[in-house]
This record gives sequence, structure tokens and C-alpha cells, in this order.
Amino acid sequence: MRKNLIKREPFSDTQLLMTITIGIFVIMYLSAMGFLGGGFLHFQQICDMLNDNASLIIVSCGLTIVMIGGGIDISVGAVTSLVVMSCVLYLNNDGNIIVSILLALGIGLAFGLVHGFLISYLEIQPFIVTLAGMFFARGMTTILSNNPQKVSHESFAKLRSIKIEIPWLGYTANNGNLITAKMELGVVIAFVCLIAIFILLKYVRLGRCFYAMGGNQQSALMLGINVKRTRFLTYVISGLLSGISGFVFMMHTGAGNSTNALGMEMNAIAASIIGGTLLTGGVGNVAGTFFGVMTLTTIKKIVVSSGLNDPWWQDITNGGMLCFFILLQSIVLSRRNRNKKAKVKV
Amino acid sequence: MKKSFKNIFSNGLGQLTIPIIAIIILVVFNLFRDPSFFSIEITQNNEGNNVFSGNLISIINGASELAILAMGMTLVTAACGGQDISVGAAAAIAGSAFVKVLKAGETISGGRVILAFLFACIVAMCFGAFNGTLVAVFKIQPMIATLILYTCGRSIAYWINGGATPTFSSSIVTAIGGFIPGVPIPTPVLIVLAVAVIFKLVFHFTSLELLTQSVGINGSAARLNGINSTLIKLLSFIILGLCVATAGCIGVSRLGLINHETLLVDIEMDTILAVAIGGNNLGGGKFKVGGSIIGAYVIQTLTITLYAMKVSSTDVKAYKAIVIILLVVIGSPVVKARFGKFMTKLRAKKTNACVKGAE
Amino acid sequence: MDGKVLLTMRHIKKEFPGVLALNNVDFTLRKGEIHALMGENGAGKSTLIKILTGVYQMDDGEVTIDDNKVFIHSPQDAQNSGISTVYQEITLCPNLTVAENMYIGREDSAWIRRREYERRADEILTKLEIPARSTQQLGRCSLAIQQMVAIARAVDMKCKVLILDEPTSSLDDKEVNMLFKLMRDLKAQGVGIIFVTHFLEQVYEVSDRITVLRNGELVGEYRTEELPQVQLVSKMIGKDLDELSSLKENTDSEKEEGEVFYEASTLSSTQTHPFNFKIRKGEVNGFTGLLGSGRSESVRAIFGADRITGGIVHIKGKPAKITKPIDAMKHGIGYLAEDRKRDGIIAELSVRENIILALQVMNGFFKPISRSESEAFADEYIKVLQIKTANRETPVGSLSGGNQQKVILARWLLTHPDYLILDEPTRGIDVGTKLEIQKLVLKLAEEGVSVTFISSEVEEMLRTCSRLIVMRDRHIVGELKGDDLNQAEVMKTIAGGKA
Repeated sequence: MRKNLIKREPFSDTQLLMTITIGIFVIMYLSAMGFLGGGFLHFQQICDMLNDNASLIIVSCGLTIVMIGGGIDISVGAVTSLVVMSCVLYLNNDGNIIVSILLALGIGLAFGLVHGFLISYLEIQPFIVTLAGMFFARGMTTILSNNPQKVSHESFAKLRSIKIEIPWLGYTANNGNLITAKMELGVVIAFVCLIAIFILLKYVRLGRCFYAMGGNQQSALMLGINVKRTRFLTYVISGLLSGISGFVFMMHTGAGNSTNALGMEMNAIAASIIGGTLLTGGVGNVAGTFFGVMTLTTIKKIVVSSGLNDPWWQDITNGGMLCFFILLQSIVLSRRNRNKKAKVKV
Repeated sequence: MKKSFKNIFSNGLGQLTIPIIAIIILVVFNLFRDPSFFSIEITQNNEGNNVFSGNLISIINGASELAILAMGMTLVTAACGGQDISVGAAAAIAGSAFVKVLKAGETISGGRVILAFLFACIVAMCFGAFNGTLVAVFKIQPMIATLILYTCGRSIAYWINGGATPTFSSSIVTAIGGFIPGVPIPTPVLIVLAVAVIFKLVFHFTSLELLTQSVGINGSAARLNGINSTLIKLLSFIILGLCVATAGCIGVSRLGLINHETLLVDIEMDTILAVAIGGNNLGGGKFKVGGSIIGAYVIQTLTITLYAMKVSSTDVKAYKAIVIILLVVIGSPVVKARFGKFMTKLRAKKTNACVKGAE
Repeated sequence: MDGKVLLTMRHIKKEFPGVLALNNVDFTLRKGEIHALMGENGAGKSTLIKILTGVYQMDDGEVTIDDNKVFIHSPQDAQNSGISTVYQEITLCPNLTVAENMYIGREDSAWIRRREYERRADEILTKLEIPARSTQQLGRCSLAIQQMVAIARAVDMKCKVLILDEPTSSLDDKEVNMLFKLMRDLKAQGVGIIFVTHFLEQVYEVSDRITVLRNGELVGEYRTEELPQVQLVSKMIGKDLDELSSLKENTDSEKEEGEVFYEASTLSSTQTHPFNFKIRKGEVNGFTGLLGSGRSESVRAIFGADRITGGIVHIKGKPAKITKPIDAMKHGIGYLAEDRKRDGIIAELSVRENIILALQVMNGFFKPISRSESEAFADEYIKVLQIKTANRETPVGSLSGGNQQKVILARWLLTHPDYLILDEPTRGIDVGTKLEIQKLVLKLAEEGVSVTFISSEVEEMLRTCSRLIVMRDRHIVGELKGDDLNQAEVMKTIAGGKA
């Protein structure tokens, strides 16, 4: 028995779930390349996926942190949309770009602070608080403007048009021109956020406290962690990332609309889950979340390019994929636990 | 006498205190704003029936679907410690199934309506059982499990409708969504009443309440006491399925058409809110269905009040959010404890003052 | 002998709604001593500990460490003041690694120096001979090892005061000895150790001094060698122990001839090896063995609590199929589970609802017990078992451990079982209630109920059982009855020596 216990565990739960996701993503993408060809053969496909989903990646990172801490934040999409609308209106009133960035961060931070305070210091259920936050942000967006607003700001337009070109990943089109792979600035911001959160979770004390709190709140308290402050910070970070995501969203679309980022919160939750984060807390990783977003997007692209043109197929395959991942995780984890029991027995 | 009153307040009402106070405040606020807010008139509707109308009726009528869903959601919350976020999508599917059967024949007879409703119930129960299986058998958190149907439910409804928004006209169906000739009370209100009575009867004639609470509070102990918690959880989702079918059919009957995108849109969030405002713990365990029903009416009163104050329907959400936050802040255990301490201090000061006065 | 005073608690008062948990309690801990804190359940031990660790705030009184007044408002404050605690329930995070669990919450920088932590953790684990690796996920270690990691953490914190709150209840003998060695080492280094336990022998084995609490008040502080065990017990429960010995006579009556109620052959579950077992009508028998020897798993198999993998069961001579708890209940078997909090009480439900639960389940879904009927049942058993509760609608979670146990007993008695399985019914409850439960077992047996009784305290089992089944490593290794029923014989069988 002792010997078995000393044997090194190759994977923690977090790593195992993440590895499964990455594996499935790679298989899916490779088979798409093989069977569907076309766009999948070009690197630009991946760039497009990143360009379209930079803001989703950012909010999913925030949500992953909240979920690791054992909470939930369903306001992220609505806050993103509010940030987009506020910044667009501000810029159209001859605003300054720097100030608009601060505005975006400020709105996100304000939501995070209020959510965090209500949830951790007044001990109100996170679902209800962030639901109210979602209602408030959506309502405020329509109060600001019910009509789509296009940004007509010169220096912002310049900022928007900055694209990172990667010639060596491009391809030669039929007419012989070299088409370089283009990546938007938002993707860079998304990667910076992703790496920062990854470092935070892995190498910073606070990050490990998130895991401890999500694993067992009572224990975390007994271990001398300030649970209230730690939980507060998870929501603040999530709020801040929603603000950043709003700005990135605006850079991508260049317009504000009250239906912006509709349903983004559920996409973010789905991405986190597919990436191996458990809603029960304590297990998860932003690298997994990134691949969760990519998996979701790949499914979309595959549905579109395989000619299922009826509008319902996209959601139905999404649902089916989600179902597959959720069941897979449930089965993998329960088998692991059963193995553990058996091991103790022998 | 005074003591017993206090007891009722602190124990008997307990869970219901906040929602009842909320509804009273809303009513008083409206009476101040517009004394005629709650006046009820008898008017003739399009079909020529004499019916009640007025804000009060539109509140009670408008909250019907929400109240029915909240009752089912309370059970799921209690048994599984989580919420079903797919009720809106499932209602759209049930509504589509309802319309599909209605439109299958030449004419819409009474028998066909019943058949259509039963079919909608079966469809909704199947989807409920799907969610329930994921939660009870595969031990997936309810919110995650129902996220699947939330994602694809409305698309499935769209698919059932064949990519259209079919309409129909039938006096029987209109009566379900509106008024039965000769009865001045809106039919949906009567249906809510009927569902509430059925819930009451179920709790009286079965041990569902005790078993659900046991499973919700301590699943492991419940199992060792011979309770089949898998079955109880599954059952709660199937019951919610029935509620979803009822709500979906009411929603379809009101409009005479099925639109997969707008039917009961966002109602899942309101439903969960109703359960929470009703004082039920979203983490499962002890529950009161009555609280959730009151919660549903609180939400609807709030919405109608805002409409009456000329707030546009898209902006309502922002104001609603503020009121919700106020409600939950007042209801939060921390605030309650602080307030209690404050009151004792105040009382102590008073006694001190009295003692000093006596000296 | 008397070291320098390290920690004092003076005039500590703590009130909960309706209960005065601690009233004017003093406590003194000296450098380099092991100080046992004793008392029945509800005596205020855990409250005192929780005040010291910052979980509760005291209403009145003062705490000093090294003659400095300290204010402890949170577990963090306690750590900073040099107080660390190891609780009975594991208070570590199962999803983190061993090393992380040892260093989280007390890192000196904002960055995690993973390699260094792992190296230091491995050093300590080796030093304390704990068979775990710093990189393991804690949740994948056994309970005993998790407990030792918690102690390792406390040791590494160079604490002045170490509180061990029932640390031995999930450890086997070898591990207990390891722990005691560790405690003595720490004592030699000048650490003051507060030791809370229900095992009297352990107190006499390691402690230097004993403080006894009763009903929230201080009874006194004694040197261990000056306080005989019998006196200690009488101070704890406030009455003499003559009653305990009088029980003994009852055990001689053996029920060899009675009708066999339950018989299993080659019964096995996912957690046990196949075993044979039978019990006669009105017989009290017991499973004994070390923790993890399979005694709980065996009775769980009888009750159908784990997945059954094979075997034939006869009840009253007729074949019966028991695969889940409800089957067993329908055959008149009741099972009081080992872990009261996890498998017993439904904490938020009232005493009444907890009492009728099993009967309700047996009656079936469509035959609810009416309110008035259930109130009558509850009142009856609250009276019979003398359950101390404000009223029948009080949530069970707010009762003390012993009373919770009585509520669960009431739940099973209400179903009028023919065969009652009691797995550790006396764990973690006070001496007085223990005695009541033992008496109840014997009374039930006289009424013709078969009882299987499991307890960690062999003495308790010798007092009640007429037949003992001894287990080791998940196998039955012996069966003792009659003259063989004595401590020495049981120990020998458990240890594996042939008689």
C-alpha cells in the first residue's frame, strides 16, 4: 500500500482534462484539414479564428479564474457590450483614445468591485449578483443608445487598421500574389492577458489561493488565507478583463450595438468547461480555456464549410459538442476516483 | 400575544419576509405615485366578453408563465442544488411541438388541443429527463448540464418549425391564452391556480417534500436511508418539464404563433430570480414553493410599475437590476446580522437611558 | 519541571444564542508540555480551541502569549501569533499538491518558489517519515497521510503553540505511535502542545497535564500522574463510574440457541473480500479490528450500502436479495452509519423530520406520515432517548454530537428493526451518552432485536457483545466468544498471533 502511494502521479485533474481538450482540438483540426481542406489548409484560418474571438478569449480567462475560485460570473458579455457602447459614444464626441481605454478599464473594474463586494463581503449568491449585473449592463447599453453606432474617430481608425502581418505563414493565391497572414492588435492583447493570467495562476501566491479557495473554502480559511479578499479579487479581475474585452471587441467591430456580445457569457462558460475547468471550483487552467475557445470556433467553421446551411445546425452541433465534452469529463473523473478507491483498498 | 406575533415574524414567515415586504413596498409606492394604479375596470375585449382589466390584472396575468416555471424550478433547486437555465429554450421546443400537432389536422378541435398539449408535455418531459439524467446519473452540475439545451434548444425549436414562425387561429386556443367566454378572469391566472393546487396536493399525498429536501441537504445520508436520490432528482426535472410545457403552451396561446426566438426569452433568469427572491437557498435543501410564486409576482409588479413610469421595455432591465440588488442586499445574512446587532445596541442604549432617568 | 508560562487564557466567556458555551474559563499552557484538554461533548473544548484559533471571537476575557496580550480575530492572526492547529477533519485543500498545502497561506513573497517549497517539503516529510511526496495531489493520499501532512505543516511553521484537535481518530496504532514520537520531539524543542482527544489511554501515554471542562466551566487543572483515570472520568461526567462496571454482568448471557436471523455466505462488495457472517435473534455481536481492517465495509455490505459483487444472503432462513439500502430496510435491517455528519443527519431539517425519515421511506412515496402522527413519534422518542433539544422543530444540525446520534438512533428504532447495525455509535460523543447507548443496545437485545455493534474502543465492545468477529486486512481472522472475550485475547487476534 505504501509503495503505491509513493508512486508519482503523472497528471493532476487539471492537467488531465486540459490534455484531453487539446488532443481533441488537434484531432478535429487535422481531420478538418484532411476532409474539408480549403481554408483549413491556410494559417489565415487560425488567424481569423483568433481575430474573431480575441475578446471571447479575454472574458473566458476572467471567467476561468472566477470558476476556479468556486464562483460564477454571468455578467461578462453584458459588461463587454456596455464598454463597447460607452467607448464608441465617447470617441464619437471627439474623445481621446487613452481616456477611452481608461474608461473601458474603469467600467469593467467598477462592475468587478461591486460584484466582488456583494458576493464576498455581503455573502450574496454569485449567480444572483452577476445576473443583476448582467441586467444592469444590458439595460444601460440600451439607455445609452438603442441604435447601432459606428466609430468615426480618425486616430482610432488608424489604431484599428494596424495588423500584424506574418509573410512566412501566408500562402500564394491562384493569381500568384502572396497573401500574408494577418492578425489584429486585439489578438496580441488577448495573448498578453492569457499569459499574464497563466503566470498569475501558476507562479503567484494569489493564484494558488484561488485554487485553494475553490478546492475547499473552509480549509483555505484554516490555512490562513483571507478567503473574503481572495474571492473579492477573482471578481475584480473578471470585471477588469471584461473591460479589456470590451475595448478589443470595439477594435474588432468598430461599432457599438445593443446586441453586441449577446450570449457571450454562455460561450465563455462553455469554453471554460471544454477547457477542463470545473464549476465546482479548484480545477482549471487558462491554457485549457484558450483551447476551449478554439474548439468551439473550429466546430463553427466546420459546420459552415461542410455545407450544413440551415441556420439551426450551428447551435445544435455546438450543443452536441458541449454534451460530448461534459459527459467525457464526467466519465473520466469518476473513473479516476474509482481507481483511487481501488488503490487504497489493495 | 405580542410575543407570538414576533415568533411568527421571525420563524413562521422567516423565508417569506423579504418577498412579502417587497411586494407591499411596491404596492404602496404605486399607490402614492398613482392612486388609481390598482383600479380594476370591466371592459369588453375583442371577442365581446366582459373582462377585468387594469394594471393589477396585467401583473397577475403577465406573471403566469413565470410563476408556473418558478414552482418547478424550486423543486429542481432544492433537490439538485443548482438551476435549470434551459427552461426558456425548452418552452420554445414544447411550444413548437404544441403548434406542430395543432396544425397537423384540418381544423382545431378541443380534442386536438388536448392532444397537442399532451404531446408538448411528453416532449418537455423527455428534455427534462435528458437534463435530469445528466445531473442525476452523470453527476454534472445542473447549470452546466442545462447549458447544452440552453445553447441548442431554440435552434431545435426552429428546426421543428421548419425554419418559419407558423401561426394559427382558433377560438379554443385563444381562450387558453386570453379569456374563456363568460369568465372575467384571464385563463392563465386560473391555470397558475390549478398548478399551485396540484403542487399542494402532490405534497400532501406524497412524501416528495421530505425526500427532496433530504436529497438536497445530504445526498449521502439520504441514500443510506433508502432514498433513491437519482430518481428524486430525475423526478424534479421531469416535473419541471411539465411546468415548462404548460408555460410554453400558455405563451404560444397568447400570441397565436410560435416564434422560437422570442417565446419566453430570458425567462430562465427571471425564474431563478423568483426562486431566490422567494427566500430559497440556491444551493439546495429546504424550500418553499409559495415563496417562489410570490417572487414571480414581485418581479412582474416591478416590471409593470416601470412600464407605467414610461420606461422603455429594453431599459427596464437596468432599473430591475437595481431593485434586485437592493432586495438581496437586505436579505443577505451579513446585513441581517449587522442590523440585528445594531438593534440590540439601540435597545441597550434605550434601557441605559431609562435606568439613568430613574436614577 | 514547570516550564515558563507560554500561553494564558483568563476569564474566557463565549455565548451563543441561548447557550453559555464558556463561562469564566481559565487555561494555562507552559513551554515544553503536552497539555490534554478533556471534557464531554458540549463541555466547551472545541469552543475554547476555536477562540484560540480565531474561528470564534470571545465575548469577554483575555489571551496572552509570552506575557503579551494578543487579539486573535482570524486564523491568520492565530498563525501570526505562533498558534497552529491540526483539526480532526482534514482542513487542507485536496486539489493542491502536498507541498502547496504545506506552504500556502504563509509564503513570504508574492511569487511561488515551487522548487524550493518542494525541496523543503520533501525534507520534512522524510524527517517525519511520512510516506508521501511533495508533488502528489493531496486528494489522492489516504486520510491518515493527509492528517500527517497537516501536522507536518504545523511543525514547519515553527509554532509556539500546537493544537491537536482529535488528531488520532483516523490513524491506526502505528501511525498514532509515530505521532506521539513527533509530539515528544516537539515538546523537547519547547513547543507547548494542546491535545484534545476522546481516547483516555492516549492522554495518559503522552500528556503532562490535564485541564477538565464541564458544561462550559473549568473543573480544574491537574498533573497527569496525580489524577487516576477513574477520577478523570468522574470529573468529566460529574458522577461516579460504578454504573460502567455493572453493565459487564449482562454480557455473560449467550444466545447460542436462538433462531438465526441473518446469514450471509461469501458476501462481497466492491470494498470487501468475500466473508461469511450470521447473527441470531436477540444476539449482540461485533466486528473489531484496526481502522481500515474492513469492519465498516463489512457491515456496509450487509446493508447494501456499497455495490454488492457476490454472495448469498438468507434472512430468517429464506433467501433474500439485498443490493441497496432500501432492500435491507424492507427486511427489517437498520444501519447507523460511521460518519454521522456525512451519512447520518440531514442537518437543516428538524429533529422531527430526521426521526421519521427512515420510516417514511419504508412506507413509500405515496403514503406520507401525517403531521400529527410524525409529531407524536418525535415527542415519544425525544422523551424515551432523552434527546436534549429546544423543541421537535429545531434543526438537527444545531444539536450537540451526542444528541444528533440519539436522533439517528430514534430514526432507526422507529422502524422497529429486527436487526440493527451500529457502526461507531459512540464515536465523538460524551461518556454519559456512551453509557446510555450501550445500555440501550443490551435492552434491545433483550427484546429480541439482533444488534451488530462496532466501536474503536475494545473495552466498550467487550462490555456489550457476546461474540466478536476480528478482522485484519479486510479478512475475518477470528471469532471470539465466552471466556475468550477479554482484552488480551482480542489484541492478540488483531495482531495476528495464534493463541
